[in-house]
Amino acid sequence: MRHTISVLVENKFGVLSRISGLFSGRGYNIESLSVGETIDPQVSVMTIVTTGDDWIIEQITKQLNKLIDVIKVVDMTELDHVEREMVMIKVAPRQEDKAEVLRIAEIFRGRVVDSSQKTYTIEITGDEKKIAAIVELLKPMGIKEFVRTGKIAISREGIKRP
Amino acid sequence: MKISGAEIFIESLKKEGVKYIFGYPGGVVLNIFDFLHDEKDLQLILTRHEQGAVHAADGFARATGKAGVALVTSGPGATNTVTGIATASMDSIPLVVFSGQVPTLLIGNDAFQEADIVGITRPCTKYNYLVKDVKDLAAIIKEAFYIATTGRPGPVLIDLPKDVTSAKADFVWPDTVDMRTYKPTYEGNRYMINQAAHMIAKAKKPVIIGGGGVISSGASKELKELAEYTDIPVTMTLMGLGAFPGSHKLSLGMPGMHGTYFANKAIQESDLLVAVGMRFDDRVTGKISAFAPNAKIVHIDIDPTSIRKNVRVDVPIVGDVKKVLQTMNKVLKEEVKEQWGEVRKAWLKQINAWKTERPMSYEKDTDIIKPQYVIEKIHELTRGDAIIATEVGQNQMWTAQFYKFDKPRTLLTSGGLGTMGYGFPAAIGAQFAFPNKLVIDVAGDGSIQMNIQELATAVINKLPVKVAILNNRFLGMVRQWQELFYQERYAHTKLEETIPDFVKIAEAYGAVGLRATKSSEVEPVLKEAFSIKRTVFMDFVIDWKEKVYPMVPAGAAIDEMLFREETKKSEKKLKAVK
Repeated sequence: MRHTISVLVENKFGVLSRISGLFSGRGYNIESLSVGETIDPQVSVMTIVTTGDDWIIEQITKQLNKLIDVIKVVDMTELDHVEREMVMIKVAPRQEDKAEVLRIAEIFRGRVVDSSQKTYTIEITGDEKKIAAIVELLKPMGIKEFVRTGKIAISREGIKRP
Repeated sequence: MKISGAEIFIESLKKEGVKYIFGYPGGVVLNIFDFLHDEKDLQLILTRHEQGAVHAADGFARATGKAGVALVTSGPGATNTVTGIATASMDSIPLVVFSGQVPTLLIGNDAFQEADIVGITRPCTKYNYLVKDVKDLAAIIKEAFYIATTGRPGPVLIDLPKDVTSAKADFVWPDTVDMRTYKPTYEGNRYMINQAAHMIAKAKKPVIIGGGGVISSGASKELKELAEYTDIPVTMTLMGLGAFPGSHKLSLGMPGMHGTYFANKAIQESDLLVAVGMRFDDRVTGKISAFAPNAKIVHIDIDPTSIRKNVRVDVPIVGDVKKVLQTMNKVLKEEVKEQWGEVRKAWLKQINAWKTERPMSYEKDTDIIKPQYVIEKIHELTRGDAIIATEVGQNQMWTAQFYKFDKPRTLLTSGGLGTMGYGFPAAIGAQFAFPNKLVIDVAGDGSIQMNIQELATAVINKLPVKVAILNNRFLGMVRQWQELFYQERYAHTKLEETIPDFVKIAEAYGAVGLRATKSSEVEPVLKEAFSIKRTVFMDFVIDWKEKVYPMVPAGAAIDEMLFREETKKSEKKLKAVK
């Protein structure tokens, strides 16, 4: 099963390597990983999406907790939470599809953040399903480039800070 | 007053009570070595290889329970420590290893003798540091010793760029360490302990499996109290040997791949396993799905990741083994009302029947030297009052099987990583800690050649370390597998043609060399060696055909054992297993 795990860590050099090394060294899978500073510049939050059965997820959370630089580990999947991801899609539609691309972007509440003679770049934020849906619709129009941030997640009650 | 990083290093180690640093000099650590030159209270022990330095620090740590300290230079000096660090990491041994590093400005430039040792050792240390500012040095050293020795112990590495050792700062030694991210759990959950105590009282066929955690938490007394009060037989893993007396009537010896028949039988038949400070290594469990099929499992360990990593656990107790056992013994004595006397009698009777059915034994021979005989003689002549180091392979298993370890911290052996070349430098480290104790390394002719250069370290420091080489002219354990599972095709395990004369090697280094080729010579050689206050190599030319039995083939359940008496018969069974 897929789990979204939120990890509060000390904002030091080498920490990302400790976390990614833990996953590669023990053969766990990382589907996506996003890192950023929190309000406290000494603390970063990592959102890791991984898959595994209950045994593996239990080991992953324990192993993360064991790392000296880790402050707190929360398996978001067990909580009521909100997940978001941002993607930017550069589409190069044929002349006759251009209007359709803009219409799709509008339906999905995307924004055109750049355009050239041949392309539009659309920014979309949403959960996994929404992003999958727009990608499905835009594919026939000719996606030229596609980047995504990886998932971030927040619990509905708000994670208590230590 | 401001002092240099090198002086801060020395003052910090003194504050930590360090007396010996095992190490090797080089360009970027010269600032430190220069100060060590005049140092009286802090002695640098020059080994002849950086791997030897780390193993020596490790041997010191295992024998004393204090952190071992090593200091090496950058690049190759640092990379040579990796095997030693990984060895300590697998066995949870507290070490603080200092590596030199090229000056801060050159880091990342592929400078001469530069290696990213912090990156290289990240997966095999408990934690590691690159010191970028001399002002942080004292606090980092304090924190490193704290991390290495608390919780589940382990090695910590500190990388010291050359300019940090020459830069100056005030020496400020922190009184305490408080890390928001590192707070080991020492007290076990009281509810879980109660539950475990009641299960122990009700169990009909309980077994205790103790591991290295009993030694590192100093819980031998509490474990013995638990076993004796509840009449539960105890098996100790390789890492735990000595934590419970091997000669005790409740002792089952070692479990697992080369464990005793009765330990493995007892585990497989048990209805309750009380696992104490051990981690269910594959050498202990054999085939996981067939391990202790009828048992409920209580697992006490300070490291939560050890629990439910390999086996299912019914009652997990995260905490320091000593503290948990103290509480558990109290609960059993004060709160638990059940009587277990009668049921336990039946269980112990069954176990004694297994002990009689297949005791630990070997084929005695009046002429050719049997390795097990050498180990038995060492035990007999030392009366168990010695520190025994081992290398890895058959020598290690025969020692574990035939030397009755009665006291903790008397066996120094690389259990998890299985590092050949560990024993001799480890014995040297232990001899520094206990100059008046008899320290013996049981070696093989293959293993001893992996760190034989440390003879120089032993001789120059006048250490009376004894090395008993069980010389079978083979890489014996690998040969044993080839014999049993690879149709006797001895690919690259035969050392015979190139085996050196160990007596002459010893003499060339200024040590004493002795040799025994007949069974009758074993005792005189041992006696002579033990009476000489110098480094001694004993070359025991043993029966090369001898194998370690019993043996559980890889992938089999631990009660599917091969025995010496029935090798032929078991070979058929073996094919079935494969």
